[in-house]
Amino acid sequence: MSKILIRGAQVLGGEPQDVLIDGSEIAEVGQGLAADGADVVEAGGKILLPGLVDLHTHLREPGREDSETVLTGTRAAASGGYTSVFAMANTFPVADTAGVVEQVYRLGKESGYCDVQPIGAVTVGLEGKKLAELGAMHESAAGVTVFSDDGKCVDDAVIMRRALEYVKAFGGVVAQHAQEPRLTEGAQMNEGVVSAELGLGGWPAVAEESIIARDVLLAEHVGSRVHICHLSTAGSVEIVRWAKSRGIDVTAEVTPHHLLLTDELVRSYNPVYKVNPPLRTERDVMALREALADGTIDIVATDHAPHPHEDKDCEWAAAAMGMVGLETALSVVQHTMVDTGLLTWEGVAERMSWAPARIGGAAGHGRPVSAGEPANLTLLDPAYRGAVDPAGFASRSRNTPYEGRELPGRVTHTWLRGRATLVDGKLQ
Amino acid sequence: MMRHLISAADLTRDDAVLILDTAEEMARVADRPIKKLPALRGRTVCNLFFEDSTRTRISFEAAEKRLSADVINFAAKGSSVSKGESLKDTAQTLEAMGVDAVVIRHGASGAPYRLATSGWIDAPVINAGDGTHQHPTQALLDAFTMRRRLIGPDAGLGQGLDGKRITLVGDVLHSRVARSNVDLLHTLGAEVTLVAPPTLIPVGVENWPCEVSYDLDSTLPKSDAVMMLRVQRERMKAAFFPTEREYSRRYGLDGDRMARMPGHAVVMHPGPMVRGMEITAEVADSERCTVVEQVANGVSIRMAVLYLLLGGNEPAVTHPAPATTPATKRSAPASASRIEEK
Amino acid sequence: MDSHDSDAARPVLEGPDIARVLTRIAHEIVERAKGAEDVVLLGIPTRGVFLAQRLAAKLEEIVGAPGGPGDPVGPGREIPVGSLDITMYRDDLRMHPPRALARTDIPSEGIDGRLVVLVDDVLFSGRTIRAALDALNDIGRPRAVQLAVLVDRGHRELPIRADYVGKNLPTSLRETVKVQLAEEDGRDAVLLGAKPTAPAGER
Repeated sequence: MSKILIRGAQVLGGEPQDVLIDGSEIAEVGQGLAADGADVVEAGGKILLPGLVDLHTHLREPGREDSETVLTGTRAAASGGYTSVFAMANTFPVADTAGVVEQVYRLGKESGYCDVQPIGAVTVGLEGKKLAELGAMHESAAGVTVFSDDGKCVDDAVIMRRALEYVKAFGGVVAQHAQEPRLTEGAQMNEGVVSAELGLGGWPAVAEESIIARDVLLAEHVGSRVHICHLSTAGSVEIVRWAKSRGIDVTAEVTPHHLLLTDELVRSYNPVYKVNPPLRTERDVMALREALADGTIDIVATDHAPHPHEDKDCEWAAAAMGMVGLETALSVVQHTMVDTGLLTWEGVAERMSWAPARIGGAAGHGRPVSAGEPANLTLLDPAYRGAVDPAGFASRSRNTPYEGRELPGRVTHTWLRGRATLVDGKLQ
Repeated sequence: MMRHLISAADLTRDDAVLILDTAEEMARVADRPIKKLPALRGRTVCNLFFEDSTRTRISFEAAEKRLSADVINFAAKGSSVSKGESLKDTAQTLEAMGVDAVVIRHGASGAPYRLATSGWIDAPVINAGDGTHQHPTQALLDAFTMRRRLIGPDAGLGQGLDGKRITLVGDVLHSRVARSNVDLLHTLGAEVTLVAPPTLIPVGVENWPCEVSYDLDSTLPKSDAVMMLRVQRERMKAAFFPTEREYSRRYGLDGDRMARMPGHAVVMHPGPMVRGMEITAEVADSERCTVVEQVANGVSIRMAVLYLLLGGNEPAVTHPAPATTPATKRSAPASASRIEEK
Repeated sequence: MDSHDSDAARPVLEGPDIARVLTRIAHEIVERAKGAEDVVLLGIPTRGVFLAQRLAAKLEEIVGAPGGPGDPVGPGREIPVGSLDITMYRDDLRMHPPRALARTDIPSEGIDGRLVVLVDDVLFSGRTIRAALDALNDIGRPRAVQLAVLVDRGHRELPIRADYVGKNLPTSLRETVKVQLAEEDGRDAVLLGAKPTAPAGER
């Protein structure tokens, strides 16, 4: 296997160092390493991070290949600096059997751009009525450890309790999409000042918070761990903070868009801002940033949700919910967390690689940047400034809320087990 | 320069008064032997109705025809046409046919705004009611009716509704009429009070330029006009209020309540009325009820809007384009008070 | 010193002149309309309306004065007077932003079978009068229509002429004619000036 010398990179944002990749592993980290026939990547001024891990990605295959496939989705992931993604279960058919998760797993292997770890559905058909065969999915080739009905909430308290208990047998975790269904019937956007004015159905914060409160108490009661998807409100932060202080085994994620965008954008009625959970207020955004900084929120997950153009090129009520995010996530995090002084680059590594790998059990990912570790690495240029141009996306979909917005930072290189998937911003 | 009428909140006071004054002249056409003016001769206006509304549609149609426009009615309600891409496709079809303006009624809030700003078409868009968002011509005709009744047709020229106390009663939550009226009446200087059970008041109402009360009886003596909003019986099923009887007892307008209003005060209703629910027959048929006048005034207002937006080479209404400043009037800093309440 | 300024508007008719020519026009109307019994005066907003009202007053003086020459019915007979807004009938409607509408106020007697005298301040291209004839057409069918103007400045673009002219004022196209009336402008005058856009070198 070939050798690659990454020269002068700021490893985790620290002092410049050289990193030598030999084959699929990191051979040496130090200063003044000899090239010794290796391909040299000059990385002065750039930040080297462990390959990013996304615990919340929608790859859409099988069923909605018009919006994304495992191949295009993993290419988008590599473009964004990811080496591992967890693929959500709301495909057609739903990933609620060993057969479907194995198919997605195999497609990921074939793509070669990024490891794909399928997430299994908690309930059959995401219907919230009957537990799916969680054990079978775990024992399948895909080795599923994360289960979620994402897109829908496991709203039945008994089903949720049973799922939390059941996955303990094999160290699984349930990732809850917290959305009380009755409180969000017909909901179109965050309920508040803007929804009152725009006449769009309100999506109250309490619909999210009440489920989170219930689930952390359930987790405590049955002694399970629970993961909360895409926190979006200040109230949710308070509940998770309280639960952690009480010793409850809860982890939580936030999306990049909830760290930056607010419901004021909905005034445009442009469905590119329509997302589940909805964009909230400035106050919520600030609370989420603070919580991510202090560790109340463990990780950033993209909730990358590709949709074809026609599902967004329509009136608000008819539009699909979701935004693509893999290719802009690190830039948004730099903009909202690093450039604001809330988080160091090491903190970014923790929240976008180490912690998500830990929560999801992604073997070989989220490791330290040191000799002997798998060479899953991401190199970014933090000084880059440029407007987001969806035309350049590797994703099959273009539904980004950042089109034309200037964001800092750009991933230039991604290595998956020593193989370059992205070089100078170009997919290999 | 704004080419569309999407929201009453976009209108400046001068714009609104100009529309009302123009409507006053248009109203006089109804008394002529030939109820026709040539202002829109050779222009094609499409009434694009994704929702049933015979009243609003024929009111626009009458206005368009009195101004000599060619009228195309497109009832797009039902089946596949209610899907999103069809709004775009329908709009582009109309554009290709050379329509000069689109009057749109749509069940989805924001659909007219989307039509006007998405680049799907170039033609001016007039909102004839969208979801639970806005119904600006209804607000204008209501203000016109109030000005005529409370100030006078001629005495009102050039005037707003300064200091007039207007009470809106009923299902504010689901009412585009209420939203439009609050915006416009505030712009015209009136003092607006919303009266409804708390379940039918939207969260976020605290940023609206009006007062909110849950008590009708204490508000009536301080009202120059009382507008009863329609309350659909289906709301009962969703637990917004327990029974029709209880709603009527607390928020319905009957003869006894009407007697508590000042002598000059009028009763208004955007129609169609649900008699026995929000209004008794006695009140609906009384001299003080302006329902029929509102219908006649609707034609005059819509003539004024059509003339001012389409009559010349550019609109005479000067409010800013929504693309640049969407509904800025109430866009106060995001209030977080509600979350703290929990 | 000669403080000559060619741009300054020069009065060509003053208040008393205007009163005199209106009196003359009133007499002409009575004469030609044989007592003005079926005359309806319709002024074209804005200043034509005030002129029509003044003419009506003069006609009432003439025909309504006790023992007056045209007084078949006794004193105090009122001459119907109204206004006719022509905004929406203008042929340049589409070339400008929509204008605010003025009042059309037809006397309760209506105009069917009557002699309508349109009244305007300045007759120029004739396009306003054409628009007025169209507007009239939507309101009724007069026995005949006549036109009275305070000033005829020429340059007709349509085959239209006035029946009663206060003053013929030959002008160049570079000149402006401005009528001021006390009701609107606080004074009575007809002013002849140069177009403000005329290049300075033309002096």
